[in-house]
Amino acid sequence: MTVGLTHIIVVSTVLFFIGMYGLFTRRNMITMLMSIELMLNSVNINFVAFNKYLYPDKMDGIFFSIFIIAIAAAEAAVAIAIIINLYRTHKSIDVDDVTDLKQ
Amino acid sequence: MPENFFILFKQELWVIAIIFLLLLIKLKSKQLTVNTLLNGINILLLLNFINGFFFNEEGRLFGKMFVTNHLYVFEKNILNLSVLLISLQSTKWLENHKHIIEFYVLLLSSLLGMFLMISSANILMLYVGLELSTIPLAAAANFDLKRKTSGEGAMKLIISSAFSSAILLLGISFLYGCTGTLDFSVINNLLQQQPLHIAAFLLFFVGLLFKVSAVPFHLWTADVYEGSPVAITSFLSVASKSAAIFVILNVLNKMAQPLFITWHTVLIWVALITIIIGNLFAIRQQNLKRLLAFSSIAQVGFILLAVSTNSSAGNASIIYFILIYVLSNLAVFGVITLVSAVLQKETITDYQSFYTNNKFLSWCLCIGFFSLAGVPPTAGFFGKLFLLMSAAQGITYTILAIAALNMVISMYYYLRVVKTIFAKNENSCIEKISIPASNKIALIICVMGVLLTGILSGAYNYIISLQ
Repeated sequence: MTVGLTHIIVVSTVLFFIGMYGLFTRRNMITMLMSIELMLNSVNINFVAFNKYLYPDKMDGIFFSIFIIAIAAAEAAVAIAIIINLYRTHKSIDVDDVTDLKQ
Repeated sequence: MPENFFILFKQELWVIAIIFLLLLIKLKSKQLTVNTLLNGINILLLLNFINGFFFNEEGRLFGKMFVTNHLYVFEKNILNLSVLLISLQSTKWLENHKHIIEFYVLLLSSLLGMFLMISSANILMLYVGLELSTIPLAAAANFDLKRKTSGEGAMKLIISSAFSSAILLLGISFLYGCTGTLDFSVINNLLQQQPLHIAAFLLFFVGLLFKVSAVPFHLWTADVYEGSPVAITSFLSVASKSAAIFVILNVLNKMAQPLFITWHTVLIWVALITIIIGNLFAIRQQNLKRLLAFSSIAQVGFILLAVSTNSSAGNASIIYFILIYVLSNLAVFGVITLVSAVLQKETITDYQSFYTNNKFLSWCLCIGFFSLAGVPPTAGFFGKLFLLMSAAQGITYTILAIAALNMVISMYYYLRVVKTIFAKNENSCIEKISIPASNKIALIICVMGVLLTGILSGAYNYIISLQ
């Protein structure tokens, strides 16, 4: 059996929702950040798969996934800097401990 | 490279030049006093603002990824004006801060991102601009490093913006799968009323609605606004929000015309819920920054109601309303920034009989709130009037009546603050606050803008002529 576009889309969709589940259930900020990276990576798989199977003569999808990787790295850098600072002020990186602002 | 590259790209180039200049000054900043530095930066920002008025041309750059025309230049001028005013207002707060240059570098990087996303004609450019405009803001929201709430606000901003951009990207990837291109005009020709196209577009659109904090996606707004330093709060509520609205206008007009029926329905419901929830939550807030957060959510609801009509008159009235919204919101934030920098007080009860010792500041706050509420002599009234009149062409009168009733509710919480300011109370009374020259200039510009834009109708006609 050859691997078709459908198989890859199923994998990437499952990956996206695993990431979303992790973001909503995990309370550790680093794990939440990892979940978001999972969601971004599933989008990368989507782009590359669409490019390979549907539009092999174009490059837009591949370029887009390279941009996503670069921007995700920048986002992670800023997020980790913020988390380090939160650890300094709160002595914890658990979201449930960081509730000074009222709802 | 076309020969008019430097003309077409000049506003972005100016911002880039200022960023690099500031980074170079940072290396040698030991020799400069704080006041010289702040005045120098304000002059640079003023030049940056003036630069937007001369030698404007229309054209495309970077393989048709970047488009500029007179309307985009005008939108960028609004953003430049708001950055200049915020910078003038926050001098008092920055004087005691160690990292002045970093603050401006983050703010201007975010401004550059907004310029790129306003001018984008390609989804890749839009995405890069969107991220460039939000990531530096998260770092800037954490600017009071020692304060606990600042870190919490920044964390909520970065997590929710990363989540929203993941949803946006999922939508973009399916749009690419459906059409095989990232160019706005080509996508516009290829989109159809099919389930996959609609789902992909809606995912993309939800990502954008996150940025304007329309209601199902507004949960981060109030906490981030309360946690951040006041200067960043005003930037978030003024510049970042208006840039996102400009982008939504651009995307809907240039890219999603075949799906008009879909987004028309979605926008009407989102706008109605946004107006109602924003107003109802604003009533019970005690902190002024939280109050303004929910009030800005409600104002976005009114804007989205006009966006749903998809007419050129509607677009002109939206840009006119945003100009007024920027001025009146900055009049309010100018006073709050100053009071918060001097006294660290931010709740409504702290402002009891504020008028006794601070006549000028009270009038600025009062005119700003009147304009936000839409009371006739101020420009806010005409902004809301044009907005609802253009919305009336596309929606039923029932929805319009609900929106108009909500304006009455919004009067309640705006005027409650005004009443607190003017009510006499001998016991608790804020002492007289000395106003630095830069804050005074910024407040006078805002108040004059609010009063004059309402009386002189030139601005509205000018915006219509740009389209």
